[in-house]
Amino acid sequence: MLAIGILIKIFVVANVLMGAVAYLIWVERKIAAYSQDRIGPNRCGGEFGVPAGLLQPLADGAKMMLKEGVVPAYVNKPLYILAPVIAIIAALLGFAVVPFGPVGPDQMLDFQIAPYLDIGIVWVFAVGSLAVYGVVLAGWASNNKYSFIGGLRSSAQLISYEIPLGLSILGIVLVAGSLDLNAIIKWQDQHVWGIVVSPLGFLIFLVSGFAETNRLPFDLPEAEQELVGGFHTEYSGMKFGMFFLGEYVHVITVSALTVILFGGGWDLPFLPLSYDQTGVVPAIAKLTIFSGKVACVIVFMMWIRWTLPRFRYDQLMDLAWKSLIPLALLNLAATAIILQIIRG
Amino acid sequence: MQADDPNLKLIRPLEMSLADRLFLPAIVVGLGVTARHIAGVMFGGKAITVQYPEEQHITSANYRGVHRLNRDHEGRVKCVACMLCATACPAHCIDIVGATAPETWPDREKYPESFVIDELRCIYCGMCEEACPVEAIELTGLYDLTGLSREEMIFDKAKLLSVFDATRNQEPMRYGKPPVDPGSLHTTALPSQGPGPA
Repeated sequence: MLAIGILIKIFVVANVLMGAVAYLIWVERKIAAYSQDRIGPNRCGGEFGVPAGLLQPLADGAKMMLKEGVVPAYVNKPLYILAPVIAIIAALLGFAVVPFGPVGPDQMLDFQIAPYLDIGIVWVFAVGSLAVYGVVLAGWASNNKYSFIGGLRSSAQLISYEIPLGLSILGIVLVAGSLDLNAIIKWQDQHVWGIVVSPLGFLIFLVSGFAETNRLPFDLPEAEQELVGGFHTEYSGMKFGMFFLGEYVHVITVSALTVILFGGGWDLPFLPLSYDQTGVVPAIAKLTIFSGKVACVIVFMMWIRWTLPRFRYDQLMDLAWKSLIPLALLNLAATAIILQIIRG
Repeated sequence: MQADDPNLKLIRPLEMSLADRLFLPAIVVGLGVTARHIAGVMFGGKAITVQYPEEQHITSANYRGVHRLNRDHEGRVKCVACMLCATACPAHCIDIVGATAPETWPDREKYPESFVIDELRCIYCGMCEEACPVEAIELTGLYDLTGLSREEMIFDKAKLLSVFDATRNQEPMRYGKPPVDPGSLHTTALPSQGPGPA
C-alpha cells in the first residue's frame, strides 16, 4: 500500500514537473521576446480562445515527439543514445530530495519524493554533477568538432564551478547544523533566512548555480553562436527534447535549492506558518509560497540571461578559481569563527 | 619616431575601481535596462512587432518592391522602349520588344510591344527606375510577392500595368500627370488589348 502511494506520488510529481518545464519554456520565450521589444508566442491556442499563446508548450511537445530522431552514421551510437538519458535521469534524481512543501512524521503527506534523507544537499550535488556526464558524453559521442568542444568546455566548467558551489553552502549548513534540507528550512523558520546570515554564500551559490545549469552567462557548452548548439548539435527530435527537459528540471532544482538554503523555503516573515503545523491549509499555503518563490528565482535567472553576455572560457575559469573559491573559503572561515565566538 | 618624441601621447587603459571589478553595480544597471524593456512591452505596449497578416507593415517611401509600369495621363503605357532600363539592369531581368508607335501617338517614336520582368532574377536595386528617362518604370512598396511557379513570377506588360493600377492611389507617380480617369482606362487603347497597338 505504501509502495503504491509512493509510486503515485512520483508519477504526479514527475508529470507536474514536466508540465512546469513545458510552461517554463513558454515563460522563457515570452521574457526573451519582451526584453527584445517583441511579443513572443501569441498565436497558438487562439482558435480555441486561449490567450497569449498558452497552448504553445503543447505544440512544442507534440513537435518534439513527432519529429524524426535522426542518428547520424558517424556517431558512437550507444553513448549517443545514452547521453540524453543520463541528462534527464540525473536531473530528475536531483529533484527527488527537494522538499517542495511541508515534510515530517506528523504531516499527512510528505511533499518530497525521498523524505528523511539526512545528506539531502550532498545528494543533490552528487547527482547534479552526474548531469555533466550527459553533456560530455553527448559531445564525445557526436563525433563532431563543435560538439566535442562543447563537451570539453562543459568538463572544464565543471571543475571550475563545482568547488565554489559546494563551498558556498557550507556557511548556512554550519549555521543550521544539518545537511538535511528540511532541518535547514526549520532553522530558517525559527530564526532568519539564510540570505541574512550568509549573503556572500548566497551570491556565490547563485553565480555557481548559473554555471551548474548551463545557463547564460555560463552557457559555454551550448553557445549557439560559436558552437552551433555545442553538445546537442547532432541531436534531434525527442533526444534533443530530453536535453532540454533535463536542463529545465535542473533549473527548477537549483532555484528550489536557492529558496531552501537562502530564501527560507516556505517561510514568509509576516505569515504565522511554523514547522509543526499539520493539516491541509498550512500544507497548501506552504506549497504555494514555495512554488511562488521558486518561480521568482527562475524568472530572475531568465532576466539575467537577457542581460549579461556570455563569459569567455578563460574568464569563467578566472572568475571561479581566483574570485569565487577564495571568497567561498573566506565565507566559510568567517562563519565558523563567528559561530565559535557566539556559541562558545 | 623616437620613444621620447614629445608629440607622442601615452594613453593608459582606465583604472578599474573596486566597484568596477566586482561587476555587481554594472550588472544591476544592466538588469534595469532589461527590466525597462520588459515593462515597456508588458505594460506600455512598446513592442515593435507588426502582427503581420492582420496588420500590414508600412514600408518607407523609398522601399524597393515589385515594379510597375506607369501610365501617362491618357492611360497609355509611358514607356518609349528606349531600352535604357534593360541596359542598366545588372541582373538582366528586363526584356523589351519595341515597336514603332502608332500614328495616333505623336509624342513618341516607339512603344514596348512586350515588356517582361523576371521578378525572380531581379535584385531590386532600383537602377531601372534611375535609368528611365520618362519615369515609366518605378519600384513600388509591395513586398509580399509570392507565386506558385517560376512562370508565375515572370511579369508581362499587362501585369506590370495592373500593378500600377493597384498602387496608383497609395503611391502616386513622382513625376508627370496621372491618368485622368481610371474608369476610362479600358475605353482608351490598352496595351495587348483590343485590335490596335496600345
